[in-house]
Amino acid sequence: MKHQRLRVNMIECEAHGVCAELFPEWVQLDEWGYPILRDEVIPNHLLAHARRAVQNCPKLALVLNKE
Amino acid sequence: MSTATTRGATATRGAPEGLPRLLAGYQPEGSMGLDDHLALYGRPPWRGSTRRGGPLIASLEAAGLRGKGGASFPTARKMRTVAAHRNRAVVVANGSEGEPLSSKDRLLLTSLPHLILDGAALAAEAVGADEVIVGVDRGAHRALGNVTRAIAARNAVRLDPVMVRLVTLPARYVAGEETALVNLVNGGLAKPTFTPPRPFERGVGRRPTLIQNIETLAHIALIARFGADWFRELGTEDEPGSTLLTVSGAVHHSSVCEVAIGTPVADAVDAAGGTTQDISAFLFGGYFGSWLSADAAWNLPLTNAALKSAGSALGTGVVYAFPAGHCGLIAAAQVARYMAGETAGQCGPCVYGLAAIAEALGNLADGRNARAMPARLHQLFDEVRGRGACQFPDGVIRFVDTTLKVFDDEVRHHVARGRCLLTPPPPMPVPTSDGGWQ
Repeated sequence: MKHQRLRVNMIECEAHGVCAELFPEWVQLDEWGYPILRDEVIPNHLLAHARRAVQNCPKLALVLNKE
Repeated sequence: MSTATTRGATATRGAPEGLPRLLAGYQPEGSMGLDDHLALYGRPPWRGSTRRGGPLIASLEAAGLRGKGGASFPTARKMRTVAAHRNRAVVVANGSEGEPLSSKDRLLLTSLPHLILDGAALAAEAVGADEVIVGVDRGAHRALGNVTRAIAARNAVRLDPVMVRLVTLPARYVAGEETALVNLVNGGLAKPTFTPPRPFERGVGRRPTLIQNIETLAHIALIARFGADWFRELGTEDEPGSTLLTVSGAVHHSSVCEVAIGTPVADAVDAAGGTTQDISAFLFGGYFGSWLSADAAWNLPLTNAALKSAGSALGTGVVYAFPAGHCGLIAAAQVARYMAGETAGQCGPCVYGLAAIAEALGNLADGRNARAMPARLHQLFDEVRGRGACQFPDGVIRFVDTTLKVFDDEVRHHVARGRCLLTPPPPMPVPTSDGGWQ
């Protein structure tokens, strides 16, 4: 089974906030609108949400890392 | 210097006993030329390389040398990782010394450039690199001139088996961060990049890149000649050798000195002429480091282990003595404002978070809504920590967090009455940048 973790390239991120809309189980926004991600392996039943967030980031700043 | 030495022999002089080691050839106003350097040390002992790295790496491993750029990473392990890559490697001598309280690397580059170039060329040979790039701060004029002349002198006699070239670096705090350095050498700005890839995998010209601090390279030049056992004659079992310190603050002679690792803090201060008055706290590791109260610090041995268990770290070897009777919050707020301005401006949590932290510490120091500031600062620490592409925001948080702990009396007074009874401190150095990143 593949373990996957969500990471953000904070250099690219421009705080659009789409990730928090699409994947609130995993993404909160800080007081300036930048994502705070849970640093845990994403459970299988949430992987589809994670992929959707990755695909819809306007800056393509979210990455799913396989471990 | 002994007159019995023969220029050009491989070992013209025995291994130095005791101290100084790195600074054995140091003269305050001079820069050691190639002839004097070779008379003192002989030619670099080239030993070749193999697929898994040259025999020098085994010596450095036995010596237990750790990097002197702040992270104290084992040098041999870093070199093995680079040597193991299939592609031809590059070595970068990292002379970026953005930390305002540190001047040891600039001193080495200015006064003993051949020791650095020996170390860089030996490291290059050991990891199978064919190129050395020496990065020097643009503002370090004497260092730049002396390193330029040293490279030319070596090229004239074909001393090095690798190509050596100089790159000038903008005077920014983060310019020496490894990915920032690589980005600059590759023609970009001296700003950190997202990882992976790490420079040891893909760095300068997309090649595996060994980045070593200037002092580390000087140690390599000596270990290559005198061996691991010699290196271990000083220092502790776990942290062998000598190390350079930049001691400043309320001391008589702010200076760079070389001490055995494990030397007590009090002795390091004595090496800088002793204190000019009572000391309330020490800052170790510079503006990226941690405060300790003077009571806790005086008798500590200067090892990473001892400082770590006390809540600090040796880092780049900065020791700053803060004068008693002055308000530490005011001094730290000035530093925090400077550090917030040194953000590369790339990551939101760093840009906005450090500005907010500097503002909150400034409010506490100046007595503006001071009552709310300690909680606000701790909220900001938790919100920002670990969220930059590099470690810069984490370092600033460590500095401000330990400020609140060590100057807790001042914090209490400022919270209660907007100020304390201590006088404003002598300002800590905060250079002004020309704003450039190239």
